[in-house]
Amino acid sequence: MKSIVRHEKELKEAVLIRKSVYATPNAPAPTRPVIFNPDLCIGCNACVEDCQMDVFIPNPEKGEPPIILYPDECWYGGCCVAMCPEPGAIRLNHPLMQRVRWKRKKTGEHSRV
Amino acid sequence: MSKWEDYAQEGKALEWPYPVRYGEERKVCADVLVLGGGIAGCWAAISAARNGAKVAILEKGATIRSGSGGSGCDHWLNTPNPCSTITAEEIVDKEMVSNGGYANGISRYIAARESYETLLEMEKMGGKIRDTEDEFKGADFRDEETKFLFAYDYENKYMFRVWGTTFKVALYNECKRMGVEIHDRVMATSLLTEGGKLGARVIGATGLHGRTGEFIIFSAKATVNCLSRHQRNWVFSTELAGNATFRPGTIVGDGHAMAWRAGAEFAQMEKTGGHGAGTGYSYPFYGTGNPFCTWVPCTMVDANGKEIPWVDREGRVLKSVSERTRPAPGQKFLGERERGYQWMAPRLPLDLGKRIRKGEFKLPLYADLPSMTDHERRAIWGLMVGEEAKTRIPIIETYAESGFDPARDLLQSYIMLRGDPLGDAFVGMVNPQERAGGEGGDAGGLLVDWDLRTSLEGLYCAGDALFAANYHYHAATTGRYAGRKAAAYASRCVETEIFREQVECEKKRVYVPAEKKEGIEWKELNASICRVMQNYCGEPKSDELLRIALIWLKELEDGAIPDTYASNPHKLMRTLEVFDILTCSQMIVHASLARKASSKFLGFVRSDYPDLDPPPWHKWITIRLQDGEVQKRELPINFWGDLKENYEKHCKA
Repeated sequence: MKSIVRHEKELKEAVLIRKSVYATPNAPAPTRPVIFNPDLCIGCNACVEDCQMDVFIPNPEKGEPPIILYPDECWYGGCCVAMCPEPGAIRLNHPLMQRVRWKRKKTGEHSRV
Repeated sequence: MSKWEDYAQEGKALEWPYPVRYGEERKVCADVLVLGGGIAGCWAAISAARNGAKVAILEKGATIRSGSGGSGCDHWLNTPNPCSTITAEEIVDKEMVSNGGYANGISRYIAARESYETLLEMEKMGGKIRDTEDEFKGADFRDEETKFLFAYDYENKYMFRVWGTTFKVALYNECKRMGVEIHDRVMATSLLTEGGKLGARVIGATGLHGRTGEFIIFSAKATVNCLSRHQRNWVFSTELAGNATFRPGTIVGDGHAMAWRAGAEFAQMEKTGGHGAGTGYSYPFYGTGNPFCTWVPCTMVDANGKEIPWVDREGRVLKSVSERTRPAPGQKFLGERERGYQWMAPRLPLDLGKRIRKGEFKLPLYADLPSMTDHERRAIWGLMVGEEAKTRIPIIETYAESGFDPARDLLQSYIMLRGDPLGDAFVGMVNPQERAGGEGGDAGGLLVDWDLRTSLEGLYCAGDALFAANYHYHAATTGRYAGRKAAAYASRCVETEIFREQVECEKKRVYVPAEKKEGIEWKELNASICRVMQNYCGEPKSDELLRIALIWLKELEDGAIPDTYASNPHKLMRTLEVFDILTCSQMIVHASLARKASSKFLGFVRSDYPDLDPPPWHKWITIRLQDGEVQKRELPINFWGDLKENYEKHCKA
């Protein structure tokens, strides 16, 4: 268990990192239908062009991963992943409450997506 | 920073990345205009181009992967072929009986007659339809000579297993090769008619660019509606819906709504079925262990590993996996998911729910892929789940990354626990108010003749936009057929001048939400429509409830629509979609009021006319707009006449 003192210290640090606190609305769920790997993504925007729902917009900074503007509209068709020229640059991320479970037949060990 | 919220947390607002061109016009001319670039749309475009037409596609998403079948397809159903003795007549007869007569005889017969040559054409374009790498050599379901793989009925071999993830890109490339002009990110908003008149010849369409807000005027000699059907009339979750939705969110019924506004005639709009897809409560399609369609003939076990028996149509327990894909003694052939006795496929026992409640089987159930033979396991997990719809990335790859191994792991089923995406016949399917217009493809839609022409001259139709339609193979074959018919018609016509007032009127309608700064956004309006439909057009229905539905929907039309706002072109497009959802909902209520009888086959329960399927009501109800009024008509159930004779009379371009 963390001590209360340590917890308060962490909290102060977190507030310090975030210089200002802005009044923002709730983010719609799912917040992250896909996850970009900025080290692998070349910012080519192939996913922006292939997405059926037009979930993304190009990043204002050239070469950076696109911005997920409408995560709540994602169909989870995976076209963005299928059409990506850089394997691993983008991966589909199922909403937490829609993750299917399985059991290893021999050991009975439980896992999930 | 890859989320809008990252910017908000830094106190930055993101500027719209595309030029905004509200009200600016662009004109496109074509012989044949195809609305919607999904499976039916691409086939229609290719076929029209092969018949000499200059073709343009108008597509809301990106044609390379758009539509319900854009990301994949696992089976090519109902196809007479050299490996099978099943005929087109037998197939259509099965579909008619199974649907109580409420199946589109014209389009289904066309599909059965032309699906094999369509499939071979798919192969020529680069789609994979055979086991060319011999991955399934020696399998029970393989024809060794042709290397075709079959599903569901291994004896009768009329339903193909295919590598459908290769199809859409191949269709897209062929469109490009044939010189089809593709307009992606453009939502069709209205049909243009001769003289701007209701019910007159269709001479083009208008479109809104979903990124720039530009207004595009398409002028065409013939138009093919391939915009699928209505969706989100009863069920709309503002969040978390997409993962458990079969059709992409681009499909809302805008093709239905604009054809209705132009005066086209529709059939079967009263049909519904319980369906929980899109609520946010279910799991991804085909991503749970189950014994249905794509997963046939998977072995299911309970929490203790005890096998759930498969039974044939008589309820006899089947002893081997092989028997699950073969007709019962005396049965000619199997349907894919037939409920009727004649073609009923093997399944889990219907009283499974009762037996689980009594403790005979312990929850949760699992799909026992490890117990299946190597061929069957790879056919289910990898070929069917993998090629079907959106399973390649979301299921096969994502599950593999999480460590799922089909040879060692039991994938959980949500039967009896709620959340099975295909519904749960054992627990009572879904909440009675959770409905769709017929999720399996066979919803209400445009009435057509043997040319797949609608009631409006110049307007053709294919795929799910047709009334009582069917799956991928049907979308492809009817698209191909409608494309050649539209091209033939276009070759006989001259271009007609667009009626300017009609364009002005549509422009005014389209941009209203963009002119406003506040009000309600599209999601709230969509949810309100669904609320009305759940309460007053759910189950049971009655004249009184349906009349309240019409009043409520009219209030939304007159009061809420003028109050909607959209702060960028993307949201404007989403807002216009919801206006179309409202129009489709009104069409559904009108058709429901016209059918004064309940029907098991139409998922239609009326408390004021409770008798199920009384013979005098065994007929089609059609609706259309004329002089501002809704006109209703009845058509005999077999209004298309002799199938073979009429097909052969009309099939040539």
